[in-house]
Amino acid sequence: MLYALLRILALTRKELLAILKDPRSRFSLILPPILQCLIYGYVATYDLNHVPYAAFDHDRSAASRQLLARIDGSGVFQRVANLDRDLEVKTFIDQRRALLVVRIDRDFERNLFSGMPATVQVIADGRNSNTAGTAMGYLDAIVNAFNIDWRNSHGQGGAPIRITTRAWYNPNLETRWHMIPALIGTLTLIQTLLLTGLSVAREREQGTFDQLLVTPFRPSEIMAGKALPAVLVGFVQATMVLLVAQLWFQIPFAGSFVTLYVGLGFFLLAAIGIGLLLSSVAATMQQAMLFSFLLIMPFSLLSGLTTPISSMPMVLQYLTLLNPLRYAIDIAHRVYLEGVGLKLLIPELWPLALMATVTLSAASWMFRHRLT
Amino acid sequence: MRTDFNSQRIGALVRKETKQMMRDPSSIAIGIIMPVLLILLFGYGLSLDVTRVPVAVVLEDPSPAATELAAGFQLSPYFEPKLLTSMARAEELMLARKVDGIIRIRPDFARNLTAGGAQVQILVHGIDANRARIIQNYAQGAVGRWSARRAAQGIEGTAGPATVQSRMWFNEANESRYFLVPGLIVLIMTLIGALLTTLVMAREWERGTLEALFVTPVRTDEILLGKTIPYFILGMIGLVLCLLAAKFLFAVPFRGSVTVLTGASMLYLLVALGIGLLISSAVKNQFVASQITLLVSFLPAVMLSGFLFDLRSMPDLVRTITYLLPARYYVALLQTIFLAGDIWPVIIPNALMLTSMAALLVFLTRKMTRKRLA
Repeated sequence: MLYALLRILALTRKELLAILKDPRSRFSLILPPILQCLIYGYVATYDLNHVPYAAFDHDRSAASRQLLARIDGSGVFQRVANLDRDLEVKTFIDQRRALLVVRIDRDFERNLFSGMPATVQVIADGRNSNTAGTAMGYLDAIVNAFNIDWRNSHGQGGAPIRITTRAWYNPNLETRWHMIPALIGTLTLIQTLLLTGLSVAREREQGTFDQLLVTPFRPSEIMAGKALPAVLVGFVQATMVLLVAQLWFQIPFAGSFVTLYVGLGFFLLAAIGIGLLLSSVAATMQQAMLFSFLLIMPFSLLSGLTTPISSMPMVLQYLTLLNPLRYAIDIAHRVYLEGVGLKLLIPELWPLALMATVTLSAASWMFRHRLT
Repeated sequence: MRTDFNSQRIGALVRKETKQMMRDPSSIAIGIIMPVLLILLFGYGLSLDVTRVPVAVVLEDPSPAATELAAGFQLSPYFEPKLLTSMARAEELMLARKVDGIIRIRPDFARNLTAGGAQVQILVHGIDANRARIIQNYAQGAVGRWSARRAAQGIEGTAGPATVQSRMWFNEANESRYFLVPGLIVLIMTLIGALLTTLVMAREWERGTLEALFVTPVRTDEILLGKTIPYFILGMIGLVLCLLAAKFLFAVPFRGSVTVLTGASMLYLLVALGIGLLISSAVKNQFVASQITLLVSFLPAVMLSGFLFDLRSMPDLVRTITYLLPARYYVALLQTIFLAGDIWPVIIPNALMLTSMAALLVFLTRKMTRKRLA
């Protein structure tokens, strides 16, 4: 038993050396995750802060100017032009010079005073309908605020309904709080999958795997020796992401680190099992890399990272149950933002444990039965 | 180097490369299976549209006005409300994520409606911030519509004096599929163009088979052409698959012309191939080359191209970087050609940028490859 452990450790040491000896591969273990973390943190947000809009003010009254001033002062919208011909609306939208055109009807002020509906027309460039929808939402809020002020200052009584909103776990609804904890799982998945995928394929391609098989190592020991370094690398990378989240973006951590790392451990075993299995199927490094890429895409698309799982059709929602990343992201969110304990994570942990068991034993069986 | 350009030699190289590609299941996997998989996932699976959100409507006030407001949520296509009377129960449901939001109508709602200051509380589960904000907006909209209806009926209401009439051009129904599917083309072209060529070339460098080719009478240009033509064709097959799927499976409107789209795509594919060739001849190691390619071509194609996230709202530094990335120009072209039409003031500058990038990359690749011969 002790000898087995020593053998595994020796193999682990050799694997770690193989990973870390090349400065470029050392570099590619550290730089891409941190860079991606920063990019996602700053870029991956559906919030808007620079929306170019064009004003088309038919009314040219005090009221319409007041509304436009409100839009300008919101910090989100920037007026790029004042239009005065209908034809220009098309030009500005078509040529992407403005995302929105705000058009105020001629009778705007008169209607406001007489209590008739005064309309503000908004035309949006729907080429990215998500962005356009968000911008229109902001504009609605500005017009609402304008209405309340107008009513108050013109004696039409205060707003009878007051809507108060509150968001749990993410009070300012920052996309970043959603994104960065999710990256703890996503980035480690990409790297561990590639790493384990390549490690066996490289030995196979160079013929050293056969040499490994004739040593006194048992297949399960070879597998443990291949898995352990990847687990270590995975933990280090997860920690790097965690550090960026805490120190750079300062996203408050609500849970316990022990819980998070236990959850991560389960996830890493499942991810590495998949990587090793794939690597034992692939004949060359190139195949291993392409196959792992072929897996990473659906894993990350069906994880709830960029689009919500609940908006997917039922069939795909069931498919996500086979996706280790889905559970990892759930765990990261729940521990990081909600602060739940291990007991509440059991529904996420057991599928990961099952995946790890199945893939790791299949991989070690493949080691024994595939000699090329 | 002294021999003339020979189409026969190129033909032979292309044949060899094509055979190699067809024999390796992984190239076919990236070239054919991946696009099909992505098309199906993006077309059917991914959606940013928020509909039928499970919410709890907590009715603490049994008055007719409050019940009517709650009914407004039941009529809305955006919500699947669960009517409750206890806030504690609703919070339990939200903790278990059985509902994504709580709309709470306070006990004194009806009384305050006439006095002013009636309260509706909207709580959302904020983990998925984007979705939460959309839910918040929809819920506010539902309350607003209810009070507008009351105002129209002459009952006390809050119909704003100014109302917004909005229209979304190019995508009237507000379907996220309309921009996800064209965006997908960028991903597929990047995958085939950059990633696949990087891997194939890095492998040849790593194994030294490229040097072996250099000592034959084949010219450098011919080797590069012979290598790229099959992947270029593979990329164009990917494009055709995407176009067919966009038109026949997902009914995404196509308002521009196929010729312009094909031209733009060929330009982008050329740029992507150039990036792949350049990276692989610079690092000559499969693992490192694939990592760099992912970082400089694939990741930007998803994140920094305007495909998902709005470029104008990015921090200045990042926005400046996006001008160096080819994907940005291709996304602008695709979105315009698909949804808006052949709008030349958009097409010409973007196509020009891609052309100059392609020219620069071809020049650099030739230089790099030749240098290695010496």
